[in-house]
Amino acid sequence: MSDPGNLSDSSAKRITRVEELAYELTIAEVMTRNPITLDINTSMREALDLIGKNKISGAPVTSNGKLIGILSTEDLIRSLRDGRIDRKVTVYMTQNLITIHEYDQVVEALKVFSKTKVGRLPVVDANNKLVGILTKGDISNGLLNALQRDLEAEELIRYRASHLFEDIVSDRTSLILRYAIKKDDFLHGGAASNRIKKALLRLGASKQIARKCGIAVYEAEMNLIIHTNHGGFLRVEVEQNKIVMEAYDDGPGIPDIEKAMTPGFSTASHEVRNMGFGAGMGLVNINNCVDEMIIKSSKEVGTNVYMIINLDKAATQD
Amino acid sequence: MDLQTIIDKLELSLLTEEKDFSDIQIRSGYMSDLLSCVLTGAKPHSVWVTLIANINIVAVASLLEISAIIITEGAQVNQESINRANMEGVVLLSTEAGSFSVAGQLWDLGIKDRYA
Repeated sequence: MSDPGNLSDSSAKRITRVEELAYELTIAEVMTRNPITLDINTSMREALDLIGKNKISGAPVTSNGKLIGILSTEDLIRSLRDGRIDRKVTVYMTQNLITIHEYDQVVEALKVFSKTKVGRLPVVDANNKLVGILTKGDISNGLLNALQRDLEAEELIRYRASHLFEDIVSDRTSLILRYAIKKDDFLHGGAASNRIKKALLRLGASKQIARKCGIAVYEAEMNLIIHTNHGGFLRVEVEQNKIVMEAYDDGPGIPDIEKAMTPGFSTASHEVRNMGFGAGMGLVNINNCVDEMIIKSSKEVGTNVYMIINLDKAATQD
Repeated sequence: MDLQTIIDKLELSLLTEEKDFSDIQIRSGYMSDLLSCVLTGAKPHSVWVTLIANINIVAVASLLEISAIIITEGAQVNQESINRANMEGVVLLSTEAGSFSVAGQLWDLGIKDRYA
């Protein structure tokens, strides 16, 4: 492990996942809640007892619940050295506090730990009230727990998917979902996309994949509602290694696909824009969510939009 | 921050059914009146500030797992949208205040745009 050149593929993947987790996990998920706090009237002697008894390396100092300082074992040692163990904790505590927000990402705390010498960070909520304490040990434990959860989730997904795609033997197995979308049916706009997203989650897709598919297919669904002559169809084919979503209609066709792909370009009517559509970002959003997008369009046949998400690639990024 | 605190501090009126809002943690906020922008910008467990009041906002919020929508400038929401929101578990809140002012108040409460 010490030589990065010798990393195996599997350990390299694991490290990447830990780095990702540092961005995904919030402080609130890894911190120690309800930490032992010291009141401003506590003496250093009482603090020494409390810290020793609870086997902790420091504690926040509060006044009526408000965080005003933090006391570490170093501060205790200083007071012992000075022979002033009966002074108040307020004399020796650190007052220039670095705090961190409960919904900050773990990576923010890692930055603070590497930049400063502090060993523990008080965690505050939006009102600056103390809600927890964070040490490097909390982060390690939090990351390990998250990796464990990942592993369990992975096993569960594999178990679920195996029912459909592994127990059923064929040369090529897939599941097809079809939805008819009516022109101008704003009342049910997004209903099919929502069902598709839920179905993918049921089939064991990760939240990230289900979200990407949901967004892409929502844009396609609204295009059918807004821009077609007679509505159209959504077809989603789920295979073990990819999801192919397809929207097709019978017209009027897109005259200039390149132009339609330009961010901000829209042909939506004034009424439709007033409903929040017509940002000219629909096809751009689809393109950003999927691995491959193919548009075929003609005045005679109508428009087909293929949206492909490759699950093998997604699995390694997950 | 929990949704009940946001409702109280911003004096929002509840359009959908009552539930335990102190149990719903809001992690971030997003503001836009263009649905395609919301699709890319809004995060799960967020609050979305908009003056669009039609039924499409419910579908978008449900798809993105947005916890609550604050509809500004007293824009009128019809009963059908409210029913749909109740069905999908999306909380609809209303205020006479404008989007800019609501976003400012949320920011002051500590609701920012970056907590994923």
